[in-house]
Amino acid sequence: MDMKVAKKKLGLKDKYKLMTRDLGWEPSYHSKDELYPYMNYEGIKIHDWDKWEDPFRLTMDAYWKYQAEKERKFYAIIDAHAQNNGHLNLTDARYLSALKIFLQAISPGEYAAHRGFARVGREFPGVGPQVACQMQAIDEIRHAQTQIHAMSNYNRYYNGFHAFADQRDRIWYTSVARSFFDDSMSAGPFEFMIAIGFSFEYVLTNLLFVPFMSGAAYNGDMATVTFGFSAQSDEARHMTLGLEVIKFILEQDPDNLPIVQNWIDKWFWRGFRVLGLVSTMMDYMLPKRVMSWREAWDIYGVENGGALFKDLARYGIKPPRGWDDAEKAIDHMSHQFMLGLYQWSFGTAFHSWIPSDADMDWLAGKYPHTFDKYYRPRWKHIKKLADAGTPFKNYGLARLCQTCQLPSVFTEPDDPTLTCHRETVYKGEKYQFCSDGCQHIFENEPEKYIQAWLPMPQLFQDPINGDLGEWMKWVSLLDGKDNGDYAGSEDQKNFEAWRGLATTNQ
Amino acid sequence: MTVAAIKEYIAVPRDRVENFHGKQLVYVSWDHHLLFASPFLLCLPPETPFRELVSGPLGMLLQPDPDAAAIDWQRVEWLKSNQPWTPDFDASLAANGIGHKDQLRFRTPGLNSLMAA
Amino acid sequence: MSTVFIALQANEETRPIIEAIEIDNPQAIVHRQPAMVKIDAQGRLVIRRATIEEQLGRDFDLQEIHINLISLTGHVVEDDETLTLSWND
Repeated sequence: MDMKVAKKKLGLKDKYKLMTRDLGWEPSYHSKDELYPYMNYEGIKIHDWDKWEDPFRLTMDAYWKYQAEKERKFYAIIDAHAQNNGHLNLTDARYLSALKIFLQAISPGEYAAHRGFARVGREFPGVGPQVACQMQAIDEIRHAQTQIHAMSNYNRYYNGFHAFADQRDRIWYTSVARSFFDDSMSAGPFEFMIAIGFSFEYVLTNLLFVPFMSGAAYNGDMATVTFGFSAQSDEARHMTLGLEVIKFILEQDPDNLPIVQNWIDKWFWRGFRVLGLVSTMMDYMLPKRVMSWREAWDIYGVENGGALFKDLARYGIKPPRGWDDAEKAIDHMSHQFMLGLYQWSFGTAFHSWIPSDADMDWLAGKYPHTFDKYYRPRWKHIKKLADAGTPFKNYGLARLCQTCQLPSVFTEPDDPTLTCHRETVYKGEKYQFCSDGCQHIFENEPEKYIQAWLPMPQLFQDPINGDLGEWMKWVSLLDGKDNGDYAGSEDQKNFEAWRGLATTNQ
Repeated sequence: MTVAAIKEYIAVPRDRVENFHGKQLVYVSWDHHLLFASPFLLCLPPETPFRELVSGPLGMLLQPDPDAAAIDWQRVEWLKSNQPWTPDFDASLAANGIGHKDQLRFRTPGLNSLMAA
Repeated sequence: MSTVFIALQANEETRPIIEAIEIDNPQAIVHRQPAMVKIDAQGRLVIRRATIEEQLGRDFDLQEIHINLISLTGHVVEDDETLTLSWND
């Protein structure tokens, strides 16, 4: 870091005041209500926007300077990765399934967050949040772009990366992330801030970016580590904003507490579901694993989230209502997802596989109370079917949850042998859910969720009408290339052949 | 409050039965048999006899489970909307009162090859 | 008392920063993980500009830390001299 630090004329506090607060003005020819029409309908009461604090006191000039430095570091590594066949340094090309999921589902989420923050930056009347939201909007579009750019290097060599935009719009599993962000963006500005700024950024993104990105480093993927940590350096600021938002809203008026608590309950559960697949990326898709999903949850969920909610108790905030059910799911969810992904892999633009005996032993060690008892017998049977030349493919399409849109792979919180069945009737229509949490969210706002575009039911409506081949074309899924078991895939054959070329003189 | 909104907010359900060209959705799931990661989604005409649902699409889908061949359909216990229920195998889905997006479950006590209870 | 933490990328720029944090926070526990360093402390963690400058041998603006920051928890209080993380419990 060779940036010259000029002798400062202004202290941090004065500079922040001049370059943020003093940029605001009082409207003279329109009323504030006309300028900011969405400030009241959610029921949140704000009396003094000047009470908003930005703990980092980051001003726009400093923001551009540091972001430019991050970009230079990012592209130095991306260039080196591309110039030195960085893709051959991976531990194994199986790992790329995690990246394909990231590109199809998470990077578009970054773009959605960009749109959301651009919008709420316009809708809040206070200068402090306007500036903070503007920075975050720019951060989020940077994340989407750097991620797509970094992963485009893999598209030159591997399947499953070529149509992420179509898959973002159409393939079944990405509707989980897309609907999550659509839900937040179609909410009011305050709910959006609690949803994305607080619940998602503060409580949950550590689980995605920190142990998973460290895992990418462990697996030789410097491109991903670089975009991951470059993005995460912004996340620290976003998390601080998220915590500031919630303190600000709660300190403004006691009537805000029940509204905020309801949003925390909703968005914790929505976030827990949308990030659930990260459990499988960590436990199954990293050939070399830094820590298990359970260990990551203990650090970033239990310890960190626990400290947060203990701190917020002084405002009357309670831990989210789904917290206990989440804890009960931790030792099961990665296995439940991977078993689902394997049997539906004909319909995914990434590969799945049967874990090796060594992998299963690792899982049994990390999940001593659940893996051998519940999940190893299923994998052993699936292995037997594969060895017999009749690999298990489940052509029965999945029941999706009306709220989170995930296949209902989850079991009863207190009975891991039984699928969780929940249903409700609203205006004469029946709706199915994966959990109490998702049913509760639906029942609070049914008019919103009855509009859900659920990919499985849609497959039997126009224009696909149940034709799986047509569906594959429509989602740009190349059968026999993008999908199916990793064992025997083009990705596997190519990676082994190229690595052989790289390490021998043949 | 059905949704916080600045004006009246009324939505249209996306998956109404009219959109399925004369068919309906039925969900079926085998309790304690989690080789199948999620309940099955089937799309069938409401006139389909229940027996055909069982011997046709459902029977085919169940084959990979080691207990599949041992199912005695005369002794299976059924639930509809999570309540005990007895189907008429010779009647249609409609005549059995199986509505669009209904969830059927069945149980086979004693069969649990892959699932320690 | 709850734990606060700060996580930094593991590189040449952060090595003196991490050393400074260790000097100013003897109770802190440093975890070295692939490509990152996570520093936990009970209740409170203080990062001082002056200590970093001593380790670094040049002027340092605390906001430079953003470039290599991965994550943190707790309430943040920052001025020109210090960046403090803490929980109120």
